[in-house]
Amino acid sequence: MNQQFPALIIIVPLIVALVITIVGWLNKKWCFPLALIGLGTPLLISVGLLLEVLKKQVITYHLGGWRPPMGIEYRIDHLSGLVLVVIFSVALLNLIASREKVLAEFPEKAGAFYGLSLLFVAGLAGITITGDAFNLYVLLEITALSGYALIGMGDKHAPLAGLHYLIMGTIGASFYLLGVGFLYLMTGTLNMVELSQMLPALYSSRVVIFAFFFCLIGLFIKMAMFPVHGWLPNAYSYMPTAASGLIAALTTKVMIYVMIRISLLVFTPSFVFVNTLLNSALVWLAVIAIVTGSILALAQKSLTRMLTFIIIAEVGYMVGGFWLGNRDGITGSVLHIVNDAAMTLCLFLAVGSIRFRLQSDRLSDLSGIFRTMPFTMIAFVVGGLSIIGVPPTCGFFSKWYLIKGGLAAGSYEFVAALIFSSLINIILFFRVIEIGYFNPQTEGRNDDHTTPANGGINEAPLGMVVTSLISATSLIVLGIYTNVLVGKVIQFVL
Amino acid sequence: MNDLITLIASKYNYWAFIILMMLGLYAMIVKKNLVKKIIGMNIFQTSIILFYISVGAKEQATIPIIEHSHGTEAHPIQAINYINPLPHVLMLTAIVVSVATLGVALALAIRVYRQYGTLEENEIQSQINQL
Repeated sequence: MNQQFPALIIIVPLIVALVITIVGWLNKKWCFPLALIGLGTPLLISVGLLLEVLKKQVITYHLGGWRPPMGIEYRIDHLSGLVLVVIFSVALLNLIASREKVLAEFPEKAGAFYGLSLLFVAGLAGITITGDAFNLYVLLEITALSGYALIGMGDKHAPLAGLHYLIMGTIGASFYLLGVGFLYLMTGTLNMVELSQMLPALYSSRVVIFAFFFCLIGLFIKMAMFPVHGWLPNAYSYMPTAASGLIAALTTKVMIYVMIRISLLVFTPSFVFVNTLLNSALVWLAVIAIVTGSILALAQKSLTRMLTFIIIAEVGYMVGGFWLGNRDGITGSVLHIVNDAAMTLCLFLAVGSIRFRLQSDRLSDLSGIFRTMPFTMIAFVVGGLSIIGVPPTCGFFSKWYLIKGGLAAGSYEFVAALIFSSLINIILFFRVIEIGYFNPQTEGRNDDHTTPANGGINEAPLGMVVTSLISATSLIVLGIYTNVLVGKVIQFVL
Repeated sequence: MNDLITLIASKYNYWAFIILMMLGLYAMIVKKNLVKKIIGMNIFQTSIILFYISVGAKEQATIPIIEHSHGTEAHPIQAINYINPLPHVLMLTAIVVSVATLGVALALAIRVYRQYGTLEENEIQSQINQL
């Protein structure tokens, strides 16, 4: 049983997803507990796997007993073990928070919703641990397809936004597939470890260089890196709030993980970081992403849209940090994957609760929100402080590593962009705090059931409040234990 | 000029897939109708499938099915006599993925049509702007 854990981590959510879809037709009540099992079990397994990786070395698993290069290998090292735990924790928290939202928004589609989210998580977990370049493409598309369907479940303009995302996402995945095809053409293998052994002899080949570029372009489209970020704001702001914590917190982060994995495991640093012109060009691209993301966030009038542009800026942080190409930069980038997943989850859960109660997330409707929803706003403020980078929260530490890396690499433009975006974030979040805390509650704007007559507390349901508070606490815990995280896990990534 | 012709003639499979790929990209970027965009997307995916398929081919090789059955006259297999089956098998999966993508895309297109009553992007955009 113990040896089968790497396979079970994918198979459990996959099978539960199918079961839930069927059970959803029979009895809606069973969907939520089943989903809880389908995500709770892999979470426990992933924690166990990470501990085992920390004790021993890399865990490899051969699917169906077929040895590579014939069979597909699953490979759990420090980096993928860490990302795996993050994926399942975020998914479980979002699941608990989404229960009431699903009941309110689409009770008749509960089975479909939970089934799709489990499929989505199974795909992400597969992307994280697979050691086969083509298998990664298939899992990428499993994740993406369930993501498109989840986004399409939203109302208003969601189907259109989902369709645009689908077209962009398919172009991205196809470019990745083309890159893998080029690699296969040159080496005759798809196994990542074997590729990394065979490629060094071919590093001067133009086909290999183009293969790397095609993979990178595909992943950039998938992670909404600056010039190709157009699909993200609409898709993320129109999708149902129940799914927003899951998709917004995980998709871009896992894609950045894939970029790091392809660059470090398939290609080696001696190939990736050798061309300084390319590296500085990508860092500059990240700088532009950070600056434009921050400025566009400032122009938005609703909370969710503001957060989507913050995500685009954060993608710039992580991509830029990685392409600095030194130890601090990559540490900061990996640390920021973990932290940003937690921060995005916290903010999207809080905004989800606000949207659940107010039926709106326009900044102008938020007056008096601190009085009516105090606990949700505590979580929101902690999340905001972490995005800004205030010391006890985790956002400070990853930004610290990124800035240290930027200074060591001599790319002052990146450091300047980080500080500029922090300043913009201060404006963004204190504007929300100002409206919510100091503006008096306007009378008679909303319906009676959304604004209580006495102006008392009108919190979101317990599940949502507790999950947003847990995710807010996790930001502080992650911040305090950053040393442990970097010393025990992340330093072995390199 | 002669060099160009030999270049195209000797690698015509790559040229075919590049042309298809550009056709698909063109349709996705330029066409205003959402279904035409989706068709462009499918052409784009198909071009990559064709690329993989053509990679597996070898000159004077046959399909990778071993003629003798188990236990009878086991003669050694010469890999050079058979085309490479792996890219073809990979593309079976990729075809499934592209069919699934097409299905989801068309389902979303139906929902878009119900919402706006049209599939022309400029008309949808003007409807959104009016709100």
